[in-house]
Amino acid sequence: MSAPIDPMAEIRASFFIECEELLEALQDGLQTIDDRESDTETINVVFRAVHSIKGGAGAFGLEALVRFAHRFETALEEVRAGRMHIDADTLKLFFKAADHLADLVRISREDGPLPDDVTTNLVSQLDTLLGSEAGQEPHVEAEIEFQPMGLSLDLDLGTDIDLTPLDDSADLSNPIGTPGYTIHFTPTAELFETGNEPLLLLRNLSSLGKAHISPDLTKIPVLENLAPEVPYISWTVQLETEADTAEIASIFEFVDGLCTLRIIAEGDPDDGDVADEIAEISPQLPRLSFDQPDSDETPEVPETLAEPIEEIADNDAKPSDAVPQTAAPTKTSVAAPAKSIVRVDLDRIERLVNLVGELVINQAMLSQSLENSGLSPHSDAMNGLEEFQRLTRDIQDSVMMIRAQPVKSLFQRMSRIVREASSAVAKDVRLHTEGEGTEVDKTVIERLADPLTHMIRNAVDHGLETTEARLAAGKPPQGQVRLTAAHRSGRVIIEISDDGAGINRPKVQQIAIDKGLIPADAQLSDTEIDNLLFLPGFSTASVVSDLSGRGVGMDVVRTAIQALGGRIATTSVPGSGTTFSISLPLTLAVLDGMVVEVADETLVLPLNLVIETLTLNDSDVEMVRPGSSVVRVRGGFVPLFDLGVELGYRAPLQNYDGAVVLLIAHEDGSRAALVIDNILDQRQVVIKGLDESFYRAPGIAAATILGDGQIALILDPSDIITNAMQHPAAQIAHQQAGASA
Amino acid sequence: MTLNILAVDDSRTMRDMIRLALLPAGFTVHTADDGLHGIEVLDGILPDAIITDINMPRLDGFGFIDAVRGQEKHRATPILVLTTEAAPELKQRARAAGATGWIVKPFDPDKLVKALHMVAG
Repeated sequence: MSAPIDPMAEIRASFFIECEELLEALQDGLQTIDDRESDTETINVVFRAVHSIKGGAGAFGLEALVRFAHRFETALEEVRAGRMHIDADTLKLFFKAADHLADLVRISREDGPLPDDVTTNLVSQLDTLLGSEAGQEPHVEAEIEFQPMGLSLDLDLGTDIDLTPLDDSADLSNPIGTPGYTIHFTPTAELFETGNEPLLLLRNLSSLGKAHISPDLTKIPVLENLAPEVPYISWTVQLETEADTAEIASIFEFVDGLCTLRIIAEGDPDDGDVADEIAEISPQLPRLSFDQPDSDETPEVPETLAEPIEEIADNDAKPSDAVPQTAAPTKTSVAAPAKSIVRVDLDRIERLVNLVGELVINQAMLSQSLENSGLSPHSDAMNGLEEFQRLTRDIQDSVMMIRAQPVKSLFQRMSRIVREASSAVAKDVRLHTEGEGTEVDKTVIERLADPLTHMIRNAVDHGLETTEARLAAGKPPQGQVRLTAAHRSGRVIIEISDDGAGINRPKVQQIAIDKGLIPADAQLSDTEIDNLLFLPGFSTASVVSDLSGRGVGMDVVRTAIQALGGRIATTSVPGSGTTFSISLPLTLAVLDGMVVEVADETLVLPLNLVIETLTLNDSDVEMVRPGSSVVRVRGGFVPLFDLGVELGYRAPLQNYDGAVVLLIAHEDGSRAALVIDNILDQRQVVIKGLDESFYRAPGIAAATILGDGQIALILDPSDIITNAMQHPAAQIAHQQAGASA
Repeated sequence: MTLNILAVDDSRTMRDMIRLALLPAGFTVHTADDGLHGIEVLDGILPDAIITDINMPRLDGFGFIDAVRGQEKHRATPILVLTTEAAPELKQRARAAGATGWIVKPFDPDKLVKALHMVAG
């Protein structure tokens, strides 16, 4: 079933997922600094995020990403080391760099074309920040970094001279035949302290060829003077090998500086014969070694010595100089506790969601047939069914939880939009977010990104006044945009508000008249004027800025929100700002519905919108004028609509005596009453989307399959009522109801 | 020869890479997410060698090495440091903390295996 998976591709995919988390941490950290709530660990978190992205990117050869991350990291390191202070401009640059890093990650994932000019621009800004000196360095360092396992030793042959580097760098010829080497090796105490082991080094050495190892035991003191952790033995190895000096030296790379090491190429390969017989001599059997062959090295051979060799000989590691500056383990931890996470293909979850949907339908059918069979409600079967229903609901909730994600990632994208938008129109804007942890279906989050982006841009561009206008109005120069998310009665409410000038209603109305969207003499309420913004082709900015005037209007926003089963509402107070409120279903799959009957049609309404059901007496209903009535509810009046009429199923009823009405609540708190014929049931229904090819009828949200296999439409009552309000008659009724309520 | 390895790195990608490099060589790989976690994991195992990152939350690589060397049974356990920097002063600092050797990221899987064999036998 499972196709062979390329492990590197797997890790690459998981790297990009990790990048998302790291970028989020980066944003968070910068935001914390911006909010002046940072502590010393914040900059470390920011630094590590960039550092880890760089590290991973290197493993996949994403050089552009590595290079940019490196420059960014260098700048952050300056801050971290306390050599640089973050001021407002620096922070702005860091935000930009973080945004660009996110872009590079995305582009790298998609193998897209790299935005080199942006990179160059930001890099030069970072360089300016760091000062000219730092600008020179990265080329060299970057190159070093890309070499996997760079071995710093680079020499061809050695001499018996104590490895003092010679200026003479002429090349040298390898001796003919199997080359021999004499290696003198004397460990220091630090070699043991770092967990290195001479035995292993010598064993590795013998793996290169034939080795004759002879220890020098002359320095071992008498027992009472022997300090157990001081090395007293040094070794001389006669090695016959095809390997070159660099390879031999690489064995000692880790003990570079912790020993004295001399590698001497020999001219006479015949010496190896002796070593042949005693190749496997370990330091533990020192007495087995024979005569120490005299040196017949070839000192006349010129050599090239790299600096590290100098260190080998000269560098007496002084641990006292380099006291380990261990990080204090008491640092406040910002990192979230490690959670164990399974990556699952979204398709599999979709499948599970669909299956649960089928389960809900199946269960409804089962309960229908049990009811039809005339079983007592107290029978075991019916009790069992109840339990079954409870379990189904639990399963469904759990499945939905798999798909739920906090809106945080979405909000972080919006903070970037605010930064970019505000700098494009030269306004000082601050974004406040709230409720980032609110969880919403993943699909909803993805599909919200575009509409939200548009609304945020609108808020910055049109909602907020220019700095001068704000000052003139006695407001602080910095504009505020708030983005909040919350769960409210089974839905998610996302609000975008600004503290700008509010909707200029006369201007909006005039534009709508000019564009022929409404008649010139139309009498519109404030809400209706606000709703004009959502008409196709409406744009309020008298000057179309390159920011939000892209031909995409609020109508597209509303369509996108509606496609998610959501609604959007506006409230605006002149002089103090505008709020757009988006209300979305928590999930796209299942709904608690009220099943009702109207004119012999079975329909489903979202249960959470129904706040009350009433049976009318004739005296409850007041006709305002023909075709427009209000109903008296607890001392107030609520506009009354006949669902059958609004959906075009029947003519208006002559009298409402005995009619059943549902009291529907709107987001803005207003209410309306819907006349239906009968309430059939309250149950969970599975939302089956209506295909795009269907005409999008106002007020129809989706469809479902009922327990008896019948298909029923799911209504959006708010939409129906909003439409009904458009009738002039209803308008008056509504206003009167509002006045007397 | 099979070795028992503890790899400490806060990056999941790096931990995956290390595992991918070492498992085919027949190594047993334990992982930890940061220095403190590393010390916890170390409590239950006796690794032949330890690989650690430097930049980590809660307890960084230097602190981790220091803590490991402070335990009598791990005084001589080989520790390789994974570092993106080839800078000599970083190597020096790692060594001063008690690191046995270092691997420059991004690493070559064969070389990592070889380096581990080199320090741990």
